[in-house]
Order: sequence, then structure tokens, then C-alpha cells
Amino acid sequence: MEAAEPKAIEVTDLTVAYQDKPVLWDIDLDVPPGVLLSIVGPNGAGKTTLIKAILGLVRPAAGNVLIYNKPYEVQRRIVGYVPQRGSVDWDFPTNVLDVVMMGRYGALGWVRRPGKSERELAMQALEKVGMEAYTTRQISQLSGGQQQRVFLARALVQDATVYLMDEPFQGVDATTERAIVTLLQELRANGKTVVVVHHDLQTVTDYFDWVMLLNIRRIASGPVNETFTPDNLRETYGGRLAFMKTDK
Amino acid sequence: MHEHLDIQLIAIVTAVACALPGVFLVLRRMTLMSDAISHAILPGIVLAFFLTESLSSPLLILAAAGTGVLTVLFVELLQRTKLVKEDAAIGLTFPALFSIGVILISRFAGNVHLDMDAVLLGELAYAPLNRLQAFGSDLGPVSLYVMGTILVLNLIFILVFYKELKLVTFDASLAAALGFTPTLIHYGLMTLVSVTTVGAFDAVGSILVVALIAGPPATAYLMTDKLSRMLVLSAIIGSVNAVCGYWLASLFDVSIAGAIATMTLFIFGLVFLVVPNRGLIAIARRHARQKWEFAQTMLAIHLFNHEGLPEAAAESAIADLHEHLSWDPVFTTQVVKYALNNRYVSREEAQLVLTEQGRAIAQQALVQ
Repeated sequence: MEAAEPKAIEVTDLTVAYQDKPVLWDIDLDVPPGVLLSIVGPNGAGKTTLIKAILGLVRPAAGNVLIYNKPYEVQRRIVGYVPQRGSVDWDFPTNVLDVVMMGRYGALGWVRRPGKSERELAMQALEKVGMEAYTTRQISQLSGGQQQRVFLARALVQDATVYLMDEPFQGVDATTERAIVTLLQELRANGKTVVVVHHDLQTVTDYFDWVMLLNIRRIASGPVNETFTPDNLRETYGGRLAFMKTDK
Repeated sequence: MHEHLDIQLIAIVTAVACALPGVFLVLRRMTLMSDAISHAILPGIVLAFFLTESLSSPLLILAAAGTGVLTVLFVELLQRTKLVKEDAAIGLTFPALFSIGVILISRFAGNVHLDMDAVLLGELAYAPLNRLQAFGSDLGPVSLYVMGTILVLNLIFILVFYKELKLVTFDASLAAALGFTPTLIHYGLMTLVSVTTVGAFDAVGSILVVALIAGPPATAYLMTDKLSRMLVLSAIIGSVNAVCGYWLASLFDVSIAGAIATMTLFIFGLVFLVVPNRGLIAIARRHARQKWEFAQTMLAIHLFNHEGLPEAAAESAIADLHEHLSWDPVFTTQVVKYALNNRYVSREEAQLVLTEQGRAIAQQALVQ
């Protein structure tokens, strides 16, 4: 055993299947601490499923996930999660501050109620995402970009070491996108590890320093300048046929 | 007099006990599940009745609540196969279980006091007759104690697990990721709904149970943007429905349960119409206002576009405006009147001229 630096996320031989249909085939992924990694791949490549498997939200058919050498169940408190914006009901009767405070629920544990210090942390996070003017706004009255910022603020108050984000750029305007990128790069500068499911291939080299190319199996992962190559992209997006050919 | 008070107390306590978990069912879009539970508990009641030969045994409530949770489990198992959607799964499960109850009654308990009318509609009027006696004194109707206990249980559960219920209802995957087992909360809530339904069912029948669970929360949902307030409002609305329903029933000498259910719909309809901002009347008024505002903006833009050009005089002639804009003449006169009142335009002989304000409105609309 080499005494290497522990990996922030270490996925080994992970297979996830719905019934007998594989969604992820034997995924290996090492994410070193302090990188900003994007997961890219076509629709149905299993990007969201991979995030959910890392978070223990779907049960793998095989394989293992470690966060800093320990299973997720032990490391919950150091992992922040931003689900897809569309995964919740924005007509729920609550306001912006309340949603952001939900990020503290994990640290509070069962039964204990959020109080003054949670409210202060939530306010700070809202300032970071530029939403401090909206604290008492009913969440159904937010635009898509504002909803996304609220979700980011909620993850920020988790004060995590590792962040997993499912399409944080989906349906946001250019201003919000820039604000989010700045925020992600700030997180990395503070030594956090950030994993982002991403759709826009144009911006991968600008926004991220690491990339994982995924299409049911892992095509490649590593630093963007080595990994984000035309060959790898063709293999990821080239459809089934290309995928079979490279398999021989 | 005494009887009036007893019945109303039972109705209020039952209504509040149902409304509280009902809030979470409505927010989770699961109100139909309460319908399913309220019917599917019948075989549980019947089987427990065969075992204990008593209608007042606490075992009845437990057995029925068990059947209720089992119903939820069946529905979810069916749904998980992905061959049946949720509504169809509910539609398949509860009539089957309910029918098993009906068959058991008709085959084995034909002469017992377990008749179908009571099951479906309940009979609140008889509820005070069954009284709790201890040490030779009358302590009040049994169902008041049963529902009171259930109400306290519901209150405790919701107060203790308020944060968890809120998170699981709003964002189940974050709840799971943070380690709050949504399944546990879900089945906790479903157990509560089952127990509440069984308790209420005895007093008010299975139809009214659904009205009590779905009606007040759906009404409260229209009135507030805050979960805690929605819970309080639901309880208040439930009580109002119960009392109004009771007096409606006394007035016309009809079924109390039926009158309360009718009242529930009536109050919902009232709120639906008049609630500020999102009620039907508020929406209609907003639409009307927007229509006139938009028409005035169109008029301003029309004048603005032709301002200072050779054809300006023809385009801004009040008498011909409706032809240029292809508007109804009466409508045009009205719009011009509003625009004059708002000082967006002023009249100069036979022509309309934009004011500074009107010009600003046109420019602003064109920029957007």
C-alpha cells in the first residue's frame, strides 16, 4: 500500500441497474481533494444516477463508494448536495430563508429545531449568492435562476468539504451562470471538492479543471487538458455503435 | 342542550385531528390515499370484531390501523413494479380490501351492529350515547376521549417531528442524503393517518373522514404561504366547518356528517372565490385591469410610432383611431377615456397627443 493522499471521492466497480437494465456499468472514479470536476455525457448516460449512488440514494448492484476513505453514511456531514431544481415542488408553502436553513438540518440531527445561529448562517449564505433581498419571498415567486441560487445557498450552509451538484446551470440566465461559476471556483480555492453534472460542452474547459466523461460506463476522467479530447468525446457521444467498437 | 354541546365537541376534535395530518397529505399530493385507507380498514375492523366480539375494544383501532398501513404498502408495491400508476394502484387496492370487509360482514355478521350505512356515513348523532362511566359517574362520551387521544398523538408527532416532516415533504432526496430516513417519516405519518381515520370513522363514517382530511388543508393552502400557518388555519377551518355543519343539520334535520361535508365544500368554494391575490375574483380583476392597461400601452405605442411623422395627424385622429387599430369603437372610446384620465394622452382638437408620461410608458414597453 502506498501512503497516498486520501481521495475525496473514490468510486470502485460501481454498477447500478434498474431491474436487469444497467444504468451504470462498473464505474471507477477517483476524485482528488480540491478539484472542480464536471461530469458530462449524453442524456441517459447515468450522470444523475452516479451522484445519487455516491449519496446512497440509489442502491448499487455492485461496487463501493468512499468519501475520504470512509463510507458515505459516516461522512454525511461533510458532503453537500444540490439536487436538480425540478425535483421539488416550488409551490410548497415556505419562504427563501426557510429553505436555506434546511441545509443545517443534518447538523442539527433529529428533533432539534433551527434557531438564531442557523438563521444567521442562512443569511450569510444568501448574501454569498446575492439573494439577501429575498429572504421572506415565497419560493413560488422566484425565477429559475433565483431558485438555483437558493439551492446553492442551502448547500453552502451545510459547510461541507465535498459538494455534489446536479445541473446547477440548468435554465439559468447568463448573469446567474457567471455568479455560480465564481462561487464554485471560490469553493475550490478554499480547498473544497466540487462535482458538477454539466450539460454544456462549450464551457467545460473554461469552468472546470477536471472532467469525467460518462456514458453508462466511464469513458475517461482526469484533468481537463488531458481528458477532454476529441477522441474521448467521440467515444462518449458517438452513440451505441462507437461504444461497441471501442469495446473489442 | 347537553347533547348539542357533546356532538359539537366531538365534531370539532375529530375535525382538528383529521386536518393536522391532512396538511401533509395535501402537500404530498396523497389525499386519495386517505380515501383508500378510510375504506380499506374495514376488513381489519371486522376481523378484530370477530376476535374480540366487541365494538369498543382498542384492538379494533389497532387492527384497522394495521390494515391502513398495509393498504399504503400494497399501493406502493404495485406502483414500484412500474406496471401500474399510483392512481390505478389506489383504485385497485382499496375497493378489494373494502369488499373483503363487506363480504365478511354479510357472511358472518349479518345480525351484528356493523351496518353499511354507519360505515359509509357514520352517525354523529348517536356518538354521545356511548358514554364513559367510572366510579358511578358519567365522564362524557367515549368517542370524545378516543378522538381527543388521537388528536393529542397527532399534535405530539407533528410538533416533535415538524422539521423532519417539512424536509421530507419538500425535498425527500435531500432528507435522505442528510440521513433523515424518509421511509420512516412516511410510514409514521401513514400510521397516524390510519389511526386517525379509524377513530374518526367510528364517529363520522368513511366519506366524511376524507372531507375532514382533504377539505380544511386544501382551503388553508389557498390562504397562506407558510407551513406552520397552514396547520393552524386548517385546524380553525376544520372547527368552523364542524360547528356550521352541525347547526345546518339541526336546522334542516338532516345527517350531521353530510351537512359537515357540504359545509366543507362550501367554505372551500367561498375562500376559492374571495381570497386575496389568488382567489378567482382577484384573478379576474387582475386580468381585467391588465387588459385595460395593456390597451392603453398599445395606444401609447401607436401614437409614439407615428409622432412627428407626416401621417401623424391622420393616425392620431380620435374619430378614426378604432379603424387604425382595428378595435371595437366602444372599446376604443373607453381606452381613450382611461388614457386621458391617467394623463397618458391629452386632447388637442380632434387629435390625441402623448404626454411626457405617455411617451415614457411607450418607450419603456418598447425596450422590454
